[in-house]
Amino acid sequence: MIFLQTSINRQKNTIMHKLWLIIKREYLIRVKKKSFIIITLLTPLAFGLFIIGSGLLAKTMADSKKSVLVKDDTGIFERNYEGDGNILFDFTRADVNDLKNTYKTDGYDMLLVIPAVIDTSFKTHNAQYFAEEKIGLTTLERIESIISYQFENYKMEKAGIDKAMLEDFKVDVGLQNGYTMETAVDEAEKSTATDKTGKLSLIIATVLGGVMGFLMYMVIFIFGSMVMRSVMEEKVNRIVEVMISTVKPFELMLGKVIGVGGVGLTQLLLWVILIPVIAMIAGIFVNDPMQAAQMTDAMTQLPQDTGDFSVAMVLAEFKLLNWWVILPVFIIFFLGGYLIYSSLFAAIGSAMGDDMGESQGLMWPIVIPVIFAFMIMMNTLENPNSSLAVFGSIFPLFSPIVMPARLVFDPPAWQIITSLVLLVLTALLFIWISGRIYRIGILMYGKKVTLKEVGKWLFRA
Amino acid sequence: MEDILKIDRVVKRFTNLTAVNEISLNVKRASIFGLLGPNGAGKTTLIRIITSITGADEGTVYFNGEPLNKFHPTKIGYLPEERGLYKKMKIGEHLLYLAQLKGMDYKSARKVVLEWLDKFEIRNWWNKKVEELSKGMQQKVQFIATVMHDPELIILDEPFSGLDPINTNLIKSEIYKLKEKGTTIIFSTHRMEQVEEICEEIALIDKGKVILRGRVDDIKQQFKEHKFEVSFNGQFNEEMIRGKADILDRNQDSLIFKLQGETGSNQLLMNLIQQGLEIKSFSEILPGLNEIFIREVEENAL
Repeated sequence: MIFLQTSINRQKNTIMHKLWLIIKREYLIRVKKKSFIIITLLTPLAFGLFIIGSGLLAKTMADSKKSVLVKDDTGIFERNYEGDGNILFDFTRADVNDLKNTYKTDGYDMLLVIPAVIDTSFKTHNAQYFAEEKIGLTTLERIESIISYQFENYKMEKAGIDKAMLEDFKVDVGLQNGYTMETAVDEAEKSTATDKTGKLSLIIATVLGGVMGFLMYMVIFIFGSMVMRSVMEEKVNRIVEVMISTVKPFELMLGKVIGVGGVGLTQLLLWVILIPVIAMIAGIFVNDPMQAAQMTDAMTQLPQDTGDFSVAMVLAEFKLLNWWVILPVFIIFFLGGYLIYSSLFAAIGSAMGDDMGESQGLMWPIVIPVIFAFMIMMNTLENPNSSLAVFGSIFPLFSPIVMPARLVFDPPAWQIITSLVLLVLTALLFIWISGRIYRIGILMYGKKVTLKEVGKWLFRA
Repeated sequence: MEDILKIDRVVKRFTNLTAVNEISLNVKRASIFGLLGPNGAGKTTLIRIITSITGADEGTVYFNGEPLNKFHPTKIGYLPEERGLYKKMKIGEHLLYLAQLKGMDYKSARKVVLEWLDKFEIRNWWNKKVEELSKGMQQKVQFIATVMHDPELIILDEPFSGLDPINTNLIKSEIYKLKEKGTTIIFSTHRMEQVEEICEEIALIDKGKVILRGRVDDIKQQFKEHKFEVSFNGQFNEEMIRGKADILDRNQDSLIFKLQGETGSNQLLMNLIQQGLEIKSFSEILPGLNEIFIREVEENAL
């Protein structure tokens, strides 16, 4: 009896030991690769460089004040002009032909000539500029809008419209999220939770949700196909027959899936640590709050009226998010989604022959659900509580991509839990299914396999 | 126990064919056993059943008298015909990896791997990547991988394909040494001259069935056609053996003939001597395994 017990224990130990050996090999062989090290380190560096680069860009943009010499024959512009931050206007009455020769030596970047207005009901008016250096599009557009604004005022005045009255007609509507106001814990947060915070938190949630959903989508395809390629390689290499005379095919597959998953997790964790650190260092490098604000504007391309969200407000919003739920749940979905799809990729890889192109049809069972999930995810960002979003975040083939995107929008707890339970069960089921396909597929040579046949392998003894 | 392996009425069916059809075989311990058969005969499937890669649909394989279980694969070394290695791995770590999977701990695995590399004088390959080696060089590594964990049974499927004569001899002498040590070797090949040279017993498989089995010498006796070759000095004429033998081939001073009916070889030889021929040599021509193989497979096809 005791002997039996120890023999069972020994059996368990050897299986775990073999699995561990396989995982270790699959993990180390990838992590030690130059390309892995380069990509893992270069991505945060590129991120840092991007921050520094756009910071410097903002700086040069701020530095490049243009001084413009204006010859205004209409007199409208000159009379009303009040000044602009980045463009300095000086007015002159000298002759255009003389000015063309002298504006440069007088220290101006550009000469602007506005011809006189003949018809006062004019709708278009052409002005000319002379510059030796190329003038940026933004600067030109800015000048155009300044002039047209002045002309507008002039025409309104002529028509007897009171500008102040016109301004009174305008109503600025701010939609804010009542809940966000309530959840702001202390006074400081409440004060930052200004009327724009509701919209800001929505923007942050959308961006963050999108990033997480997209990350999952990328992870599934990048690491899933890494598993698939490595399965195919073993098959084409014919190492697989040597391997499975020692270990069970299922152990080999599981070891590979876990090993590659470990690589993905390592990369992700390194990025989670490195990117903020490098971003911080880069931030110090750029080190100017005003420019930082400009920079975030430039980066996010937010509409004009959100331009004055400060960094502090964004950070405060971030602090309000429920990270203790979001992060662990995200990691579980990351693992679950990875396990489901990478085991499928392994099964498909085992069924493929030496020629990848020939068996492309086998990929559809993976590609279609992932693409669907991605589309639902995009839709979820718009309508986080639509029935499609709820379905997508619970159905286990879609949930790994959709739920992370929805997580930031505080879905009800029961939905998260249901989704998690289904995810774990499905992951186990798919690993089992894939194992059944894999064990037959890896020994199948020189034959084009159809999906129907792959299905039959499931039931083979 | 004399038989290390006993295969009892094993059957394996695939969708369209029965690859192994009630095969029964015994393999003696510390012998070299030849598993022969044309392509697609079911050899590889049978080997895969022995190595637990696939399961049999019917019948049982006994290893050391026990039905195959999870521990047996570590006591078997298998060099498949279609073999490979991980291209990106270094020779040393690759062999260590496989040895550990076979159940050795790191320390003894390292020791054994180094011993084998020394034996083949390739210790300096330790840090070489597999892809840097030629096919023949990889073959040596694969052979080491098959035998390094000191298995009781070694199955070699076409072990010499792609090897030059020097390395063929190197591996061959290792096979003999292993046999002397008590290891059993199952040797699968199409190369009959190798089988004749190396194997003691063979089984010929065709269409999933054993069509011929036994000791190589016995089989040759069984298939002998009473052909003899005699070389001589003196004048031979056909009258000397009329009614006793048919001449198959004739040269100036040698003759190949087949005995007729009840005639014994001694009787014929005596006849020739009495008639004044000076005999230089007299020998029986036994059929080659190659001929037997071809004949049996062709007969089986009918």
